[in-house]
Amino acid sequence: MRNKIYPFYFTLGALALYIVFVVLPGFLGVAYSFTDWNRYSTEVNFVGLDNFKTIFSSGENYLDYIQNTLFFASCTIFLKTVFGLLLAILLNYGVRRLSHLYRVVIYLPVVLPTIVVGLVFRSILNPRTGFLNEFFRSIGLEALAQPWLTNPDIAMLSVIGVDTWKGVGYIMVILLAGLQTIPEEYYEAAEIDGASAFARFRFVTLPLLVPALTVVTVLNLLYGLRVFDMVYVLTGGGPGYATDVVFTAVFDEFSKGRYGVGTALSSVLFIVMTVAGFFIVRQLTRDPVEA
Amino acid sequence: MLLNNKTNKLLQGTRNNLIAIFACLLVVIPVYLVVVNSLKDSAGARTMSAALPQSLHFENFNTVIERGKLAQTFQNSMLYATSATVISSILASMAAYVLSRNKSRLNRFVYFFVVMGIAMPMNFFTLTKIMQLTHLINTQVGIIILYAATQIPFNIFLIYGFVDAIPRELDEAAIIDGCGPYRLFFWVIFPLLVPVIVTAGVLSFVGIWNDFLLPLYYLNNSAYWPMTLAVYNFFGQFQQDWNLVSADIVLTVLPVLIIYLLGQRFILSGLTAGAVKG
Repeated sequence: MRNKIYPFYFTLGALALYIVFVVLPGFLGVAYSFTDWNRYSTEVNFVGLDNFKTIFSSGENYLDYIQNTLFFASCTIFLKTVFGLLLAILLNYGVRRLSHLYRVVIYLPVVLPTIVVGLVFRSILNPRTGFLNEFFRSIGLEALAQPWLTNPDIAMLSVIGVDTWKGVGYIMVILLAGLQTIPEEYYEAAEIDGASAFARFRFVTLPLLVPALTVVTVLNLLYGLRVFDMVYVLTGGGPGYATDVVFTAVFDEFSKGRYGVGTALSSVLFIVMTVAGFFIVRQLTRDPVEA
Repeated sequence: MLLNNKTNKLLQGTRNNLIAIFACLLVVIPVYLVVVNSLKDSAGARTMSAALPQSLHFENFNTVIERGKLAQTFQNSMLYATSATVISSILASMAAYVLSRNKSRLNRFVYFFVVMGIAMPMNFFTLTKIMQLTHLINTQVGIIILYAATQIPFNIFLIYGFVDAIPRELDEAAIIDGCGPYRLFFWVIFPLLVPVIVTAGVLSFVGIWNDFLLPLYYLNNSAYWPMTLAVYNFFGQFQQDWNLVSADIVLTVLPVLIIYLLGQRFILSGLTAGAVKG
């Protein structure tokens, strides 16, 4: 009876698109990782683990790309969470009337195309003529004027900074919603018990915010591991390979026609993220009734 | 203790507002720079300074629309974002409805399997192969289908939770009245799902409008380019003329900005739907 009212074929359209264009390429990619697939030959030969050996050998730069990706992901997770939380607390408890307006403004960069944000910051961070360095010079802090995107030591940090600028509003909004689920009475009770402001934050806010903080970390992680646009536009992976991440390297392999290594590199990320995703999605899709 | 409680509160409030205003300024300054410089001449915009333009060069926008082929790219972006959003919203809501209403073993697995898609990164190499096999590569239909497919996991996740909130008694009443599955869904359930579908739709639309990656890989023909890819290419040609680049940016961002300001309620509620539940 149920199958008649709620027929399975209703799911088939979505399922077909999802399987053909999302799942299949992923698994097919794992299979092709063991081949010498490239643009210049129609033949595809099995080469065993060669591509993975290339990726994990110290002679190549791939390990650096993976390391850069992990560095980018962990820094942006940390910065967005800390600043997002501070802003959320400020907007929830600190300000009254204009809270909604602040929220709309701070969220704004999230809806801007990354490509555009990257272009604008390329101009702002220009060492000679950029707004930021001009600003530092005009207030007498010349020492702070840096070649933000061209110095290999700080280029990645600059990319992380711009990405935080763009993404922090998103995190703030989710944490803000989390804060709003905490009942006022808990704070009142804690205050009566003589808890200081810090103690209230540590023992009331933080524990009750764990679900929202988890979601935020997961979202930032999934985004950070597959970052592409921001790096591509700001630095193109340079100077040298200082800011190259997995997906800029993948794009590079794609342009050069080296499909075998490229698909192996994609597959490393695919396997890691699918396994991580398995546990994350199990949490996400848990039935509230059972939990 | 010198200050009485009231002044203390007032001071705190002022300080908090100042911090919030500072945060807003950090957001607004880059936006301001782009807008101001889009109205200058080429020499004035060279350093993208915050100074106001000496005279207003509205003709920059005409130049950009012509040379950046913005009419064409706007149409493309609109076509991709609208069609893919409609397709994925309808397919995802149909699927989410059945998966949520009939929680059989198979359906629970299917739901889990689809939501896994949120975590899966793309493999552009094998996806190219599939696009070639299906003759969708370098076509507008292809990019629309691809966008619809990428939106499905999150949309199903978002809508699924919402279906439970619709009372089953409605289904039963409709069936007694002789509704078939299609009628039941499209006439009874779908209208009730509109709020969450609007949220899913706005999020999809903005995401697709802002995307740069898929056209970069799968649209070689510049006549098919969306605004994001076109603005990047325009920058490549007119790096020296930041007034024109700024004008191009303003026009590229304007549609999403309008949608954001009109639909912020839906955007902000959609984000929090997943977070607060857990």
